[in-house]
Amino acid sequence: MTIALSIQQLGKVYDNGFAALKGIDLEVKQGDFFALLGPNGAGKSTTIGIISSLIQKSSGRVQIFDKSIDDDFSAAKKYLGIVPQEFNFSGFEKVFTILVNQAGYYGLPKALAKQRAEKYLKALGLWEKRSEVGRHLSGGMKRRLMIARALVHEPRLLILDEPTAGVDIEMRRSMWVFLRELNEQGTTIILTTHYLEEAESLCRNIAIIDHGEIVENCSMKNLLSRLHQEALVLDVKNSLLEAPQIEGFELKLVDEHSLEVVVVRGQTINQLFAGLNKVGVEVVSMRNKSNRLEELFVNLINSGAA
Amino acid sequence: MSLNEQLIAFMTILRKEIGRFMRIWTQTLVPPVITITLYFVIFGSLIGSRIGSMGGVGYMEFVVPGLIMMAVITSSYTNVVSSFYGAKFQRFVEEILVSPTPNYIILMGFVMGGVARGLGVGLIVTLVAMFFTDLYIHNVFVTVAIVVLTSVFFSIAGFINAIFANSFDDISIIPTFILTPLIYLGGVFYSTDLLSGFWAGASKLNPILYIVNTFRYGILGISDIDVTWAFIMIAVFTAVGFAYSMHLLNSGKRLRQ
Repeated sequence: MTIALSIQQLGKVYDNGFAALKGIDLEVKQGDFFALLGPNGAGKSTTIGIISSLIQKSSGRVQIFDKSIDDDFSAAKKYLGIVPQEFNFSGFEKVFTILVNQAGYYGLPKALAKQRAEKYLKALGLWEKRSEVGRHLSGGMKRRLMIARALVHEPRLLILDEPTAGVDIEMRRSMWVFLRELNEQGTTIILTTHYLEEAESLCRNIAIIDHGEIVENCSMKNLLSRLHQEALVLDVKNSLLEAPQIEGFELKLVDEHSLEVVVVRGQTINQLFAGLNKVGVEVVSMRNKSNRLEELFVNLINSGAA
Repeated sequence: MSLNEQLIAFMTILRKEIGRFMRIWTQTLVPPVITITLYFVIFGSLIGSRIGSMGGVGYMEFVVPGLIMMAVITSSYTNVVSSFYGAKFQRFVEEILVSPTPNYIILMGFVMGGVARGLGVGLIVTLVAMFFTDLYIHNVFVTVAIVVLTSVFFSIAGFINAIFANSFDDISIIPTFILTPLIYLGGVFYSTDLLSGFWAGASKLNPILYIVNTFRYGILGISDIDVTWAFIMIAVFTAVGFAYSMHLLNSGKRLRQ
């Protein structure tokens, strides 16, 4: 299996002495949809900064496909598309020009650059805005513009640093669809996000970074299987004065129409519903109290801090 | 990157740079022309007619080459310093830094953008000057070579200033406190024959004196200094500036953390 990104013993100590990365190792396989998660200041953006050459590493090796950033950075950069966290395009340039110029920096002839700009602006729903200057776009449009810009040279590896931050739910969902399709077409994608349901929904593999160290690196399925219990919120039809007593389950009354219950591994929801049925409680709807990945994430980070 | 890809990247930066100063032409092309025109009117026409001759020619003829060069120097410098610092400040310089464009192409692209504006403004000022005096070119090669070399050198200087600048104040300090005094004391308005003793010697340390006089020689055929020496000096300064800029780009100073 080809490795899209290989990081070995990557370290970064800033001039003020802060060690942002403490020798991390990471491998992302070609075709993967990979989540790199961590709390603020954990080292995610430093890692991405080093891969994209905007931050200079203190130690270690980074290889993009078969090209080392130390030995053949020019070739390595051609494989890479970066969508940074902060907006970093000229607010005074037209949307179409921003993409054509970016293609030019990768040596694409102008005719091809225009063709690619049109392709990706249409794919991301920005074609109508092609003559607008960057600063006149909404926040969501600016995010999509940065994705289109990162794709204009058709990289094999796309890294997105919180691409849906500040984007409304509808727009976020449409971006998910686009990224899924892109991944299905063969582009390896690495994503950092604070929306953990986004990582859970999109990514097959995951690494969690905290205090400059990788604290977890496995498949999403594997990680979620470690979840021992799930807290559920049940909306009930009847008006309740107190939580019903169901054998094996501890129910808590949230309000007169809502119950909270923890289902541990080994128990089934059928058992819970059978018990509720017995005491005459009708359930209208049910949802997770919090995102499953969020629970694991918080546990991992807290255990690291302890 | 292949040679052809590098050429495309260079042309992209150059086109973007020219597009930038053309888009804001009222801020980039018009002000220097107005300023220099006022110099022509006040120093050349009104006061100059009372001064008589300078360096063996009429005062208006004497000041025109210096004023054209002044426009070229300030336009080249300010174009690159403001454009590159603006790209750094708004972070869109990262678009180029993450791409495979080699550092020397980045430098050449921005520098040639400065040269394009410097020569453009120089050309407009020359056309305006023709309303005030008859211009003949004594030596075309010297005239063109010194104006291009000067524009390249001051564009590189602007690039270095932009790399070190941390704020918009920092990009105006050098033009205000160093460049303008050097230009005014660089023989634009007077011949160094008028100076004596210490000041004549001190003037010889001013590089702009050599540039202005070489350009004046190219147009009028008169100079206070040795033209060959001036060419060698400005060529060496340009080469050193280019090498230093490359060192800054390669080391990532103030650009890559």
